[in-house]
Amino acid sequence: MRLALREAMLGFRRAPLLSVLGIVTIAFSLFSVGVFALVALNVRDAIRAIEDRVEIRAYLTAGTEDDQVAIAVSDLESQPGVAKATYVSPDQALERAKKEFVAFGDEFEDAVLPGSIELRLKEGFRDPQAVDKVATLLKAYPFIDDVRYGREWIEKIYRLRSVAAAVGGGLGVVFALAAVIIIGATIRMEVLARAREIKIMQLVGATDGFIRSPFLIEGCLKGLAGGVLALLLAYVAQVIVSGALGYADVRFFAPWQALLGVVAGAVIGVLGSLMSVGRHLRQV
Amino acid sequence: MGTTASPRGPGIVRFTKVALEYPRRGTALTDVSFEVAKGEFVFLTGHSGAGKSTILKLVAMQERPTHGDVRVTGYSSTTAKRRDIPKLRRKLGIVFQDFRLLEDRSVEQNIAFALEVIGTPPGAIAPKVARLLTQVGLASKGTSQLHELSGGEQQRVAIARALVNDPLVLVADEPTGNLDAKATSGIFQLLRDINAAGTAVLMATHDLSLIHRSGLRFLALDRGHLVYDGDDASRLATA
Ligand SMILES: Nc1ncnc2c1ncn2[C@@H]1O[C@H](COP(=O)(O)OP(=O)(O)OP(=O)(O)O)[C@@H](O)[C@H]1O
Ligand SMILES: [Mg+2]
Repeated sequence: MRLALREAMLGFRRAPLLSVLGIVTIAFSLFSVGVFALVALNVRDAIRAIEDRVEIRAYLTAGTEDDQVAIAVSDLESQPGVAKATYVSPDQALERAKKEFVAFGDEFEDAVLPGSIELRLKEGFRDPQAVDKVATLLKAYPFIDDVRYGREWIEKIYRLRSVAAAVGGGLGVVFALAAVIIIGATIRMEVLARAREIKIMQLVGATDGFIRSPFLIEGCLKGLAGGVLALLLAYVAQVIVSGALGYADVRFFAPWQALLGVVAGAVIGVLGSLMSVGRHLRQV
Repeated sequence: MGTTASPRGPGIVRFTKVALEYPRRGTALTDVSFEVAKGEFVFLTGHSGAGKSTILKLVAMQERPTHGDVRVTGYSSTTAKRRDIPKLRRKLGIVFQDFRLLEDRSVEQNIAFALEVIGTPPGAIAPKVARLLTQVGLASKGTSQLHELSGGEQQRVAIARALVNDPLVLVADEPTGNLDAKATSGIFQLLRDINAAGTAVLMATHDLSLIHRSGLRFLALDRGHLVYDGDDASRLATA
């Protein structure tokens, strides 16, 4: 183990430029993934905030009896996914309109607004399909005239989120692969530079694991360094972006997410070196 | 006379109808069978390309036979897994014509490296290095750099390194091939001493006079065939 650590450190000193290149590649790839992840995180936050306002409004035909509506309201509230159903009578609607449009207060004096039922949905039931389902339910009541909800709006946001996730994930995989290959190439140079030593190790009876370990440690250390660097870059980017947007609650990674990123760096480093050492050991 | 002049104990190396074909290059060995007893000294001789190195590579399981079986200190080429090979190698010592030392390190460091690799406890390394250097007659050269040594001395370092495992079998591929007559007899005497202490030695060589003078058993190879196995030096000419 001591020997392995020493050899691993020797690798850094023997090829400092290549080592730095490898670390920077890992950092760059993780940074790209990290930026997408941050965007996705913040978009998700934004969607949550919008979703909180998702509501369905069902307008009633004029002259609908109050007790008919009361039954419908309690019916609806017992439906899965419905958080709250509220009856807004024509009078209340008029009150609200007056309050919201104070400037036009007089215009509303004699207006007759339709009564309506307002529905709020539970979290997890705000995606387009779930909203559709509730809307269909509403339309089944004979006294419901029209059902309004931000259907297109909701669908657009959801599509945006899927696209962002796909692009982020795809780029993440591509960059991670590139990092594995570059780290692999770096370690391969190390392996070739030390081919003679490796040969001697094999002749005196070193196990494959023993020969591999300094390279794996080297790959792991480089990956960790790359991960930490990526985290720093992402943090700087986050500070700059939230400064530019002018509001402070642009979210950064939670500690466990940051840790996951650094660990991913280590995994990339280990995979890269495993690949090239493995190939070398199979050849000899 | 017979071909079995050497006393044969239980075989520590046994080749049974061994053939090796290199892809595209053709046949390197054909139907080779022989046995080496514990503590025996056996030469391998024959023209260039006859298959001497190939036999030694098979002993160290750097190659596996295409046909037949190679059995070395209990490991069979037919059944040994890749992870068995390090275990086998820890019972062998291997020496080459070109020494294969680490040029950028001192004599001591070369031997210490091998000891570290096989997991010798750090405290035990320095005394063992000293003991091995004494054994090969280089007690005063431990701190020398390799380029300060003669060829014969470098080969002694390589032999000391081959002894780190206290081998049952020492495999030497033309260990005197790059050395003058004086250095050659020195190295040969060292191998004889190691052999006298109980290690079987398999040594490939072109040096027929060395075989002749020693009167030891030799295997003569010709284009991959084993054509003579015995100690009748008069048969050397035909080999
Ligand atoms: N790695 C290899 N790939 C293909 N052919 C090989 C390989 N190693 C050896 N050979 C062939 O196998 C045959 C035997 O070679 P080997 O090295 O055993 O001969 P040798 O008796 O040791 O010769 P020399 O005295 O020149 O060292 C030769 O024809 C050689 O060309
Ligand atoms: Mg040879």
